[in-house]
Amino acid sequence: MKLHEYQAKQVFADAGIPTPESQLASDVDGVLTAAREIGYPVAVKAQVQVGGRGKAGGIELVDDDDEAREAAESIIGMDLKGYRVDQVLVEGAVDFVDELYVGITMDRGEGKPVAMVSTKGGVNIEEVAEEDPDAIAREHIDPSFGMHPYQARKAVYDAGVDGAVARDVSNVLMTLYDLWENRDGSDAEINPLMVTGDDEVIAADAVMNIDEDALFRQPELAEMEAEAAGSGDELEQKADEYGFDYVRLEGNTGIIGNGAGLVMTTLDLVDHYGGEPANFLDVGGGAKAERIANALDMVFSDDNVDSVVFNIFGGITRGDEVARGINEALEQFDEIPKPVVVRLAGTNWEEGMEILNEDLVTVEQTLEDAVQRAVEYAEEVNDQ
Amino acid sequence: MSVLVDDDTRVVVQGITGGEGKFHAEQMMEYGTNIVAGAVPGKGGQEVEGVPVYDTVHEAVDEENADTSVIFVPPAFAGDAVFEALDTDLDLAVAITEGIPTQDMARVNKRLSETDTRLIGPNCPGLITPGEAKLGILPGNIFAEGNVGLVSRSGTLTYQVVDSLTNRGIGQTTAIGIGGDPIIGTDFVDALELFENDDDTDAIVMCGEIGGEDEEEAAAFIDENVDTPVAGFIAGRTAPPGKRMGHAGAIVSGSGTGTAESKISALNDAGVPVGDTPEEVADHIEEFLG
Repeated sequence: MKLHEYQAKQVFADAGIPTPESQLASDVDGVLTAAREIGYPVAVKAQVQVGGRGKAGGIELVDDDDEAREAAESIIGMDLKGYRVDQVLVEGAVDFVDELYVGITMDRGEGKPVAMVSTKGGVNIEEVAEEDPDAIAREHIDPSFGMHPYQARKAVYDAGVDGAVARDVSNVLMTLYDLWENRDGSDAEINPLMVTGDDEVIAADAVMNIDEDALFRQPELAEMEAEAAGSGDELEQKADEYGFDYVRLEGNTGIIGNGAGLVMTTLDLVDHYGGEPANFLDVGGGAKAERIANALDMVFSDDNVDSVVFNIFGGITRGDEVARGINEALEQFDEIPKPVVVRLAGTNWEEGMEILNEDLVTVEQTLEDAVQRAVEYAEEVNDQ
Repeated sequence: MSVLVDDDTRVVVQGITGGEGKFHAEQMMEYGTNIVAGAVPGKGGQEVEGVPVYDTVHEAVDEENADTSVIFVPPAFAGDAVFEALDTDLDLAVAITEGIPTQDMARVNKRLSETDTRLIGPNCPGLITPGEAKLGILPGNIFAEGNVGLVSRSGTLTYQVVDSLTNRGIGQTTAIGIGGDPIIGTDFVDALELFENDDDTDAIVMCGEIGGEDEEEAAAFIDENVDTPVAGFIAGRTAPPGKRMGHAGAIVSGSGTGTAESKISALNDAGVPVGDTPEEVADHIEEFLG
């Protein structure tokens, strides 16, 4: 779960990390009021959860009312990489001399948290990592002790941060680690952490991603998620409501399966047989009939979908439950919206086969046959 | 024969009184697994299908000589359950639970490095030695006794590939689902080493997926240390780049690893053929076995 920038900044500011003065706005008047209160120049920043907002026209620096109005009109309501902008953050511009990067994440290879510091902030840090990995100092942290102050200092000195701000940057890094740990972060990042001419450090951006699996012990952040759910791709929102792992893709063959590895394999096979996957949808383990019906509803809601392949290999999931869900979902239609191909294997697949209403779906015995049939159906629709 | 589990394995099921724990304990026993105890705080003295339940794993080990734990404990308490298993010096702990917070697993991982217990999982289907014992939730009926070792990050993909093998009459020594979480106990390298040292395993299937660098590390290990022929499969070749990778996560390594291309080419360079489909993986294994 990703917090919006304004939410992450609030969390950081509450913990004592300096942030610029800012206000949230959702229309032109709101932007103007906020900008006047804060005082020009201000930045108007789209609050959507995608990277590269600046390059995509989602961040404007403005000096007066006219420019602020213009920026507000162009940004609010715009489509930014598939996300509609409903809110902007109006923020006092910081006069900086340096831009740093600081971040905490889990290094899965090491199985340990890692703190990262670089003096090459303010740019695409992924490119820095790719082209000049040594420009990022890394310090691994023992999760049973947390970050020691000497480790924060070491990362800061290793990165070559100016001595005049080293102590402040170390403090920011320590605070960031505490937040990451106490709030169950997966990533906590500041890019850029601006250094002013007066040797102050200010977090000009804020990224806080929370481990979804830990939301049960972060009720305050779970509430923020509910608040943030107001924007984004409609289908992905629907998937969130149903609690599915779902990714929308460009193609026209809809895909539903159980288990991420098997669903990805189904996508790969659609591609292998000349089709194009329309989505990734994992119903997860042990799905009951209602969840199966919801999955079909999801995929039917996507206009791009011309056919659907349903691939279930039961372990903890039971074939009879799946079959009941498919029947339930399809029996409500006078005419099935898109052809559905079903392949059931594993736990209770024989019971499932008996239950499945074959007037409503095409049944195939193997994964390969099911995928090929679904791709054929999608092609037939395209040929019409 | 087998690695890690056989019909001598003495199993304690943590969480045996819960819905999943009870159902799968029954399924495991039906398969022939020697379940000697359950462990659930507050439920000591009860019985589940004739199996005595104890309040602690320590008691289960003391009273019933359990040497292996299978963990069906809800995610909020599962990290603690693994710590408890590690504290009793078991040979093996298998964590089935999905959704354990990653930071909890980082702490478990640290503790694990200080013990002699082997951990499989979490978020995994478990492991099975066909005809002897299964630990976890795998559907026993699709497996067959034989000479192929299988290790996989994905549960359902394991079933798919095993199905392809068994349908051709190719059985398995042991199949291990190591789980797809960011932090796991036993990884590809550990499993490959076990199979390499097992006289009865004549070929190995390794099923990976996009993300992380475990497959690349496994490829390097195979190149150096594995003589048993290995066939691979990598799920997620068509997955869109950048959709799921966390920002900071992507810059830790700063190299182009983690993609399907990177994993497939690393495996190919180590002499491991990678199938485009599960059936092609079975083709390769068939060739190896002659």
